[in-house]
Amino acid sequence: MSRIWETPGGIHPPANKRQSLSLPIDYPELPERLVVPLDQHGGRPCRACVEVGQQVLKGELIGVVDGPLGAAVHAPSSGTVTAIEPRPAGHLSGRPARCIEIAIDGLERWTSRQRVADYCQMSAPQLVDRIAQSGIAGLGGGGFPTATKLTTSGHPPIATLIVNATECEPYVTADESLMRERADEIIQGIDILAHIHGNRARMVIGIEQSKPEALAALRTACAKSAVEIVEIPRKYPSGGERQLIYALTGKQLPSGEIPANIGVLCINVATVYAIKRAVIDGEPLISRVVTVTGGACATQRNYQALIGTPIKHLLRHSGVNNNRLNQLIMGGSISGFKLPSDEVPVVKTSYCILAPDIDEFAPAPPERACIRCGRCAEVCPASLLPQQLLWHAKAANHQQLEEHNLFDCIECGACSYVCPSHIPLVDYYRAGKVHLDAARQVKSNAAQARQRFEFHQLRLARLEREQSLRRAARRSAAVPSNAPRAPVARLSSADIIADAQNRAASKQPTVEQTLDKLQRNISMLQNRLELAEQRLVAASDDTLNKQNSLRAAVEGARQKLQRAEQRLTEQAHG
Amino acid sequence: MGELSAVSAYLSTSAVLLGLTLMCGALIGSAWALFPADRDRRIVHIDDLLPQTQCGQCGHPGCRPYAEAIADGQPINRCPPGGQATIDALAELLGVESLALDPEHGTENSEISVAYIREDECIGCTKCIQACPVDAIVGAAKLMHTVIVDQCTGCDLCVEPCPVDCIDMLPAPINGGRGLASSALLAKSSILAHRNAGQAQRELP
Repeated sequence: MSRIWETPGGIHPPANKRQSLSLPIDYPELPERLVVPLDQHGGRPCRACVEVGQQVLKGELIGVVDGPLGAAVHAPSSGTVTAIEPRPAGHLSGRPARCIEIAIDGLERWTSRQRVADYCQMSAPQLVDRIAQSGIAGLGGGGFPTATKLTTSGHPPIATLIVNATECEPYVTADESLMRERADEIIQGIDILAHIHGNRARMVIGIEQSKPEALAALRTACAKSAVEIVEIPRKYPSGGERQLIYALTGKQLPSGEIPANIGVLCINVATVYAIKRAVIDGEPLISRVVTVTGGACATQRNYQALIGTPIKHLLRHSGVNNNRLNQLIMGGSISGFKLPSDEVPVVKTSYCILAPDIDEFAPAPPERACIRCGRCAEVCPASLLPQQLLWHAKAANHQQLEEHNLFDCIECGACSYVCPSHIPLVDYYRAGKVHLDAARQVKSNAAQARQRFEFHQLRLARLEREQSLRRAARRSAAVPSNAPRAPVARLSSADIIADAQNRAASKQPTVEQTLDKLQRNISMLQNRLELAEQRLVAASDDTLNKQNSLRAAVEGARQKLQRAEQRLTEQAHG
Repeated sequence: MGELSAVSAYLSTSAVLLGLTLMCGALIGSAWALFPADRDRRIVHIDDLLPQTQCGQCGHPGCRPYAEAIADGQPINRCPPGGQATIDALAELLGVESLALDPEHGTENSEISVAYIREDECIGCTKCIQACPVDAIVGAAKLMHTVIVDQCTGCDLCVEPCPVDCIDMLPAPINGGRGLASSALLAKSSILAHRNAGQAQRELP
């Protein structure tokens, strides 16, 4: 049994997971239309590579990565592209995102799938490339492009490969049901990751003790494998990346660094499953397991839903009673966010759709003043000072926010959960982060503008200097207007004539120059003669009149040439 | 007699103190002249607080020249793009009382704007290119010009020289450019994260 390090803070909210675990993962019937957002991952949104009206096959590439960071998007089912336009998206910002709408033909025609019998024959870059082409992004909610995470260059070799199977958030059971039913494929996925990292890394699955069935399934699946399973006590948020790394390795990830810098790779269990499907079965990421739960649903269970399935469709499938529906939440009950409408689609990062009953979530009581009880600091998993952060966020004191490491806040919501004054602390921190980001942006913009202004000034000064130098040069070259002039003598007309003759004589060309000129003249005349003769030949069947004039031209050219040659011989001998 | 000596002692003490005060004041006052490097550092700090719009509304041909003027004792309330926040920050840096923005130099405008050239109407005169203090307009003589939105500081200086009035100052785009800070990101803060006490605190059947 491996040692476990105890993480600071944390809370123990009611799990509420049993409701959705009584039934196995279901494949809902196909919706009529799929709405696939082009922005489902970290980095820039994809660029659509299909057109409206185009037929697409299941698994066909429809959005290509546009920029250094991104994950490709594939058609989740076969059909026709009917629109490419902004649609409401299940995104934290609540803004519409560009989506590709596909009208499904229901035939589920696959594009060609390249299965790999033995991935051990493939090199690490080949495997990473395959994962990149399959459009896999962190399915645990982060949405970071997995291929980028797996790139082995630029950091120390990976010593520990952590598979995050904690799923600590209340209500969410997507990963748990996946582990119960598809443990073998998950272990295969881990083996692929181990192969990418040269089979040197320690492989650990971090899973909460509260999932006995999933644990048993994983134990059976990895009986012959080197994969280690480590049970950690149930606590929210044990599944935060930093928290899990500390719990399993005792290493603290420094602020602002990525796990790879300390030789750790942390990947969600659903992502590992997606990697297996991509590498071995040749299936891009076009579906995922989503928990649909909450008191308003008649059946609470997990679905293997196609990416782009409207949430409305899944809710209908679960028999949601709209009269009893309180609100729609994407994610779990603590860190999830409210959905603007039920039109938004399932994306790569949607692990749970929560449709609570009216009685299930009471409206939050009004916010009261902080009584400095300090419970928020006790439960903070990042060991921050939530009270101080609250003051500074309210005062928009950017410097202090930065000094109190606001950006280490993982927005888990534990502080808000325990606050006896019902202060929505996380909302303040999110707003604070936005303002801090904005201030940083303004600062960097100003720095850029300053640099450009200074260069502009420098350029103007240089131009000015160059111009004044040119002016000075011209001035010194010209005869100064106030310099004494040579006395002008009165000349007789004879003198003037003599002067002119002298000038003309000095302009007389030398013999060489004359010869040169004559030579040039001759060669030009030869050309002209040739041309005239050619024309005469070409015009042999023309009218007599024209032939005559051409013949005259030839004759003229010949005479001119003769004369020129004569002059040349005279000059040469004279 | 005793009283008199006490008074004279008091007077001489105050005179000495006064002399010391004046001397210290004179020393501090001349410090800038004595240590020119300090002045340069001061200018850099002041320049850091200015918004770098390079609009010239303060009466100087850019932010750096205004920073130099402030270092030499000019009022700190002449920067409309920076607004009250900049004046307050300058006051704190220099240890002087904060002032209200001098209305003679313009009014504060909270909205960030950038220049747009109506490209169909541009005749390619290059006047705006010459006016732009941060080289954010590209184009050549008799060819259409355009503004690099990400580099535009919204200083307005290109608007006036345009002979065909084809430059508009419009709000900065939300996505990218200088408007990045605005609504798109702020929308994030409005999301619901808070379902605490009283909410699903109990285990459901």
